[in-house]
Amino acid sequence: MSRDLSNTTFLGYRRENGRVGVRNHVIILPVDDLSNAACEAVANNIKGTMALPHPYGRLQFGEDLDLHFRTLIGTGGNPNVAAVVVIGIENGWTKRVVDGIAATGKPVTGFGIEQHGDHETIMKASQVAREYTQWASELHREEAPLRDLWISTKCGESDTTSGCGANPTVGNAFDKMYPHGTTLLFGETSEITGGEHLVAERCRNDEVRERFMFMFNRYQDMINRYKTSDLSESQPTKGNIEGGLTTIEEKALGNIQKIGKKCIVDGVLDKAEAPTGPGLWFMDSSSAAAEMVTLAAAAGYVVHFFPTGQGNIIGNPIIPVIKICANPRTVRTMNEHVDLDVSGLLRKEMTPDEAGDALLGTMLRTVNGRLTAAEALGHREFVLTRLYESA
Amino acid sequence: MIDFVVHDEGDSVGVVVVEGVKAGDKISGWIMDQDKEVEFTAASDIPIGHKLAIKPMNVGDTVIKYGVDIGKVVADIGKGEHAHVHNIKTKRW
Repeated sequence: MSRDLSNTTFLGYRRENGRVGVRNHVIILPVDDLSNAACEAVANNIKGTMALPHPYGRLQFGEDLDLHFRTLIGTGGNPNVAAVVVIGIENGWTKRVVDGIAATGKPVTGFGIEQHGDHETIMKASQVAREYTQWASELHREEAPLRDLWISTKCGESDTTSGCGANPTVGNAFDKMYPHGTTLLFGETSEITGGEHLVAERCRNDEVRERFMFMFNRYQDMINRYKTSDLSESQPTKGNIEGGLTTIEEKALGNIQKIGKKCIVDGVLDKAEAPTGPGLWFMDSSSAAAEMVTLAAAAGYVVHFFPTGQGNIIGNPIIPVIKICANPRTVRTMNEHVDLDVSGLLRKEMTPDEAGDALLGTMLRTVNGRLTAAEALGHREFVLTRLYESA
Repeated sequence: MIDFVVHDEGDSVGVVVVEGVKAGDKISGWIMDQDKEVEFTAASDIPIGHKLAIKPMNVGDTVIKYGVDIGKVVADIGKGEHAHVHNIKTKRW
């Protein structure tokens, strides 16, 4: 008997733009590498805030710069974030990030370091951060329908148990949520290789299919331009191979189990681009765990399903990452990282329907406030995708 | 007790899902899509998560898993033997 989701609700934070978040972070966001120190100082001064240091933001240009801004603005704009302090080395690009986040209606203030130095910037930014965190601490969760939930998925350190256990569990949960108007996401463009025809068949119409194949071929062209081998040990990774996965095709066929058997691919997004309606979206994205989850969070997704076989330990600073594992050895040796053990699937002690329901149960507890393993362990991997060298 | 799983009965490989399978072990398999059970003998030591050949394959053959092409055979593989990067390669890249 599978879970009936028709009247399912969750408790979330309804933001100024109507989106619903499941966390209530106040973040201190650097525009560039130079501003990490000031951001970390502010987050150290003001309890309940979090800095998101990263290594980029200087002399980027063109599409790569657009992606940088889209990722930072999307991260600040994510409904899991209540308010944002932005710090950059100068005022121009700082204002660009502030204005982008301000479009969501949430509180955001920016500071440029030049003409002020770290001390004055840290002092002024700390004053605003204190006001924001005290304000955010009085916001309350309220009941919201399931359709207000945006859920992304990406797997990592996969092995063969991912394809027959953890990934079909996500697929089962996606199939059950899809008819209820949720907004779903998958990606990992290179990791579709060998199963691209199966994803193309699932696209809503020819327009979506052509867009998907454009993104797929664009990534293949990039790989063919730079490769020096058949990518073995990179894609599949050394960990994938240790876990028994042999080729990219095998990995891809396991990967796409995450989109279930019924969901239709309704649209295609570029990296960190926000979807414009409910349904299942494909995002062109890296298959590296932290890069993809960072892009999903920047697109506005608020909770993430992360199946793993060999035990990828990733988390994200602003969205809870739920780990699902079907490998009994990993569940035994890395138990503190696993939110849902579905290894019973491989012993026929659990049906796919039961596993999918168990994941939905874990998801509802998580979005209502229970910390994931990665949150409790402090995993906050914030990794920006770069397209090419700086100028 | 299930020692290995096979996605589809047309597949040429199955996946060991228990630890400690040794050459000569009698092992039980579950074909998931058709929900059938099969008995088998392992011809190699095979770690958990790794594949065994459920039919003999020769160099140049296509390996089938999930009912789909997952690569080509680059060294002959006997029935029940360990099937991995030493005898299978991608057809892409």
